[in-house]
Amino acid sequence: MTPDDAGSALALADAVRRGERSARSVAEAALGAIAAREPELHAFLHVAADGARADADAVDEKVRAGEDPGPLAGVPVALKDNLCTRGIPTTCASRILEGWRPPYDATVVTRLRDAGAVVVGKTNLDEFAMGSSTENSCMGPTRHPMDPSRVPGGSSGGSAAAVGAGLVPLGLGSDTGGSVRQPAALCGVVGMKPTYGMVSRYGLVAFASSLDQIGPFARSVGDAALLFEVIAGHDPKDSTSLDLPVPAAVRSLEVGVEGLRVGVCEELVADTAPDVSRRVREAAEDLARAGALVEEVSVPEMRLGLSAYYLIAPAEASSNLARYDGVRYGLRVDALDVAQMNTATRTAGFGPEVKRRIMLGTYALSAGYYDAYYGKAQRVRTLLIRAFDLAYERFDVLIGATAPTTAFAIGERVADPLTMYLSDVCTIPSNLSGHPAMSVPFGAGDDGLPVGVQVLAPALCEERLFQVAAALERSAAARARPGHGEGRR
Amino acid sequence: MSAAGAGADGTSGSAVSAAGAGADRADRAEWETVVGLEVHCELETQTKLFCGCKNAFGDEPNTNVCPVCLGLPGSLPVLNAFAVELAMRIGEALHCEVRPSSFHRKNYFYPDMPKDYQISQYDEPINVGGWLELPDGSRVGIERAHLEEDTGKTTHQGETGRIHAADYALVDYNRAGVPLVEIVSRPDIRSSAQARLYVTELRAVLVATGASDGRMEEGSLRVDANVSVRRVGAVAFGTRCEVKNLNSLRSLGRAIDHEVARQVALVEATGTVVQETRHWDENAGRTVPLRSKEEAFDYRYFPEPDLVPLAPGSDWRARAARAVGLLPSARRERLAGLLGGAPTPQQVDQVHVVVAQGLDDLVVAAVAQGAPAGVALVRAANELAADLGAALVLDPGIFGRVAVMEAQGELTATQAKAVLAELLAAGGGDPAAIAAEKGFEALSEGSLAAVVQGVVEAHPEEWSRYSAGEDKLAGFFTGQVMRATGGKADGKAVAAELQRLRR
Repeated sequence: MTPDDAGSALALADAVRRGERSARSVAEAALGAIAAREPELHAFLHVAADGARADADAVDEKVRAGEDPGPLAGVPVALKDNLCTRGIPTTCASRILEGWRPPYDATVVTRLRDAGAVVVGKTNLDEFAMGSSTENSCMGPTRHPMDPSRVPGGSSGGSAAAVGAGLVPLGLGSDTGGSVRQPAALCGVVGMKPTYGMVSRYGLVAFASSLDQIGPFARSVGDAALLFEVIAGHDPKDSTSLDLPVPAAVRSLEVGVEGLRVGVCEELVADTAPDVSRRVREAAEDLARAGALVEEVSVPEMRLGLSAYYLIAPAEASSNLARYDGVRYGLRVDALDVAQMNTATRTAGFGPEVKRRIMLGTYALSAGYYDAYYGKAQRVRTLLIRAFDLAYERFDVLIGATAPTTAFAIGERVADPLTMYLSDVCTIPSNLSGHPAMSVPFGAGDDGLPVGVQVLAPALCEERLFQVAAALERSAAARARPGHGEGRR
Repeated sequence: MSAAGAGADGTSGSAVSAAGAGADRADRAEWETVVGLEVHCELETQTKLFCGCKNAFGDEPNTNVCPVCLGLPGSLPVLNAFAVELAMRIGEALHCEVRPSSFHRKNYFYPDMPKDYQISQYDEPINVGGWLELPDGSRVGIERAHLEEDTGKTTHQGETGRIHAADYALVDYNRAGVPLVEIVSRPDIRSSAQARLYVTELRAVLVATGASDGRMEEGSLRVDANVSVRRVGAVAFGTRCEVKNLNSLRSLGRAIDHEVARQVALVEATGTVVQETRHWDENAGRTVPLRSKEEAFDYRYFPEPDLVPLAPGSDWRARAARAVGLLPSARRERLAGLLGGAPTPQQVDQVHVVVAQGLDDLVVAAVAQGAPAGVALVRAANELAADLGAALVLDPGIFGRVAVMEAQGELTATQAKAVLAELLAAGGGDPAAIAAEKGFEALSEGSLAAVVQGVVEAHPEEWSRYSAGEDKLAGFFTGQVMRATGGKADGKAVAAELQRLRR
């Protein structure tokens, strides 16, 4: 399968449902494409070839029997390797989960299978989703699909690269501080973070529970909408899951943006590279031309996001990652007593970035420091939510850059964690507020690599998000057509 | 300690020896004991606090487990509504304010805690500020009663079974995630006897609300004691030590007495007590240091992000309040009322035992069937309490029939005990059929006299010693009579006949 014949998920599922293509042939094509590109790309940590064939055959059997194989019939999907898959290794790209095979499927995996999707494998990530480049993987970095010297972004870099390279039409990632949207932007694909609670976290290995949300990767806004509708919806196994109807994402695609109030968020443009901010301005112009009411807006509280995030996320992580103690599963490094075994196991099992964040979070929660750090960060979070609420009194959506730059070079930011952390400065506010946001490919930077424009919407306003994203996708396509000039719609 | 003993002990506070480990009594008179208790109560739910696994004691290790209670990566907790209901009942029964609450994570590493944090309630507990009135009329304040999850159980394997000599440890996670309510008293308790009385009464309250089976020996109730001493008349509290591993009322009383004596000696010698957590060594009869204040864990509490705040509506709270039912004090009054007239001291004790063990409904039912309250009460306090597990599931009608048969002279006391034992062992049955099967027909007075006479004649030497005043031989003769009658004789009647013959 190549990017060209991979087709859209929608078209593939239609072809499979109509019996024009077998799910098995689609799966074989995907497996073939993966085998061809993997040596260079390293997007996958595990290719579930046998399982994919079995899944595909089951879909074909349903088609033959005249049963409905589901909206994603036969569509190959790549899963970030922090999503639990029954019997399939789930490593979080960490040595500490060596050899662990979950006895259960994450809720999103169950929903994908029920929808007829074919799980082809588990994709690379920064260890426990902590990072912005997929370089913090114990299995080595994933490479950018268009330039192997660059990173694909992260932490869901494996899924972004697999979709960007056309190995699979759909992928799932998790977005705690931008880990779906930022790699989507860098790899030139669509990536979305739903409203907190819209998609069940059951079976997503927790990084920072109050921020984590699973989100779709796709090569088009329409495919992202299709995947979103499959994975969204209430799950009684997740207490933070919202018991609300699933937004009609697909139906929102053709609505258009006429009369919609769009705020170009200064804080999501100001600190980005010129070739990135130029694209954001173009996107704003196109939306205005399509009938939206576009204005500049400043939400200064967004600048507080990064600092608050780097207290809250590590604090929760320090607790979430305590369970990797060598007692029950995964790696165990034996020692004289239990406490020493815990220490030896965690010392050997966690990489440096994970250790850094565990220490940071442990410190932030310590007696005597809680109020100054974790407590204060939570108050900042409240402040940010209020600021968003205020902005949304005047605007239906906000737009800005997804990432400050295009894909950077492998190794470039590894030695400097703070610069690396800045990669997520545009995406973090939506995680702190719990609001939905999406990155849509919109042209290229000076280096020819993709730029993503981010759309942000109030809580539960996914339909509006897809409405605007689809419009941006149309204008980006128009700009890419030969002979494009000012004034074209 | 047997379940029956728990109630019997606690109801007679005077049975507890005053000063423990040989502290000088003259000195002790200057010192006041101050105790606050933390009681962990396992809730009687079908399933665990955050998953659907069975909440059961004594099953094959690691059979009642799932991804959630094993804390597997990716799993998430979902709160058990019935556990919340029981917690609210406890709050109502203890006169607490039942409030909107939230959960926190208490972080520390321990192998029997699957997530290496415990989900507990911290600054917003479900119940705050209540009290428990003890049978002696004293009142102990309740600070809070909050929900949390239990840990698994570690067994150290090695020659001695002691932690430090163990070769390895086995962990059973069946208990991990079992719902607990931790009831924290104010430091209002002033003696080990009062501490025992408090736990006994609290246990009865917990049983009465349906929240607990009250079985200390199975760990359903676990007690930690915060103990300090101060000079009589002092206002400020002394430095406290927390004593853990108090698995019975006896341990609780002994540990407090020991700890008070230790602290008094310490203050008198050095002027100060070091705040620390101590472990009660039941065999050695002393407390030993576990960890000092400096070594205490920093639990790094923070709000549990996987759960939403808990705000039961007023309807639900009212339902829980209604479900509390009769509390032990009311139950005791009810039994006393059935006895009619002033109860004997023995009956007062029996009433306490029966209510503490949750057996009073059986007595009330027996009385409704026509049994005299006194007869039903004594059988409940002795025979039923001795096999509590079986008694609590026995059909009240069956117990009532036995009490009626005994009251009407169809069974002697001894026979009634035997029939009850059989019914409890079998989990039910027909009392009349069992009596017939055993050949129980109360002996007539005349034939009993003949049997006693025969036994006396067969053992002339023992009889002359008994006649000379060796009273303990009465037991020997009673035994011989029982053997001769196949247990049909009434022990009291035999004793009376022996007395008559001796005179």
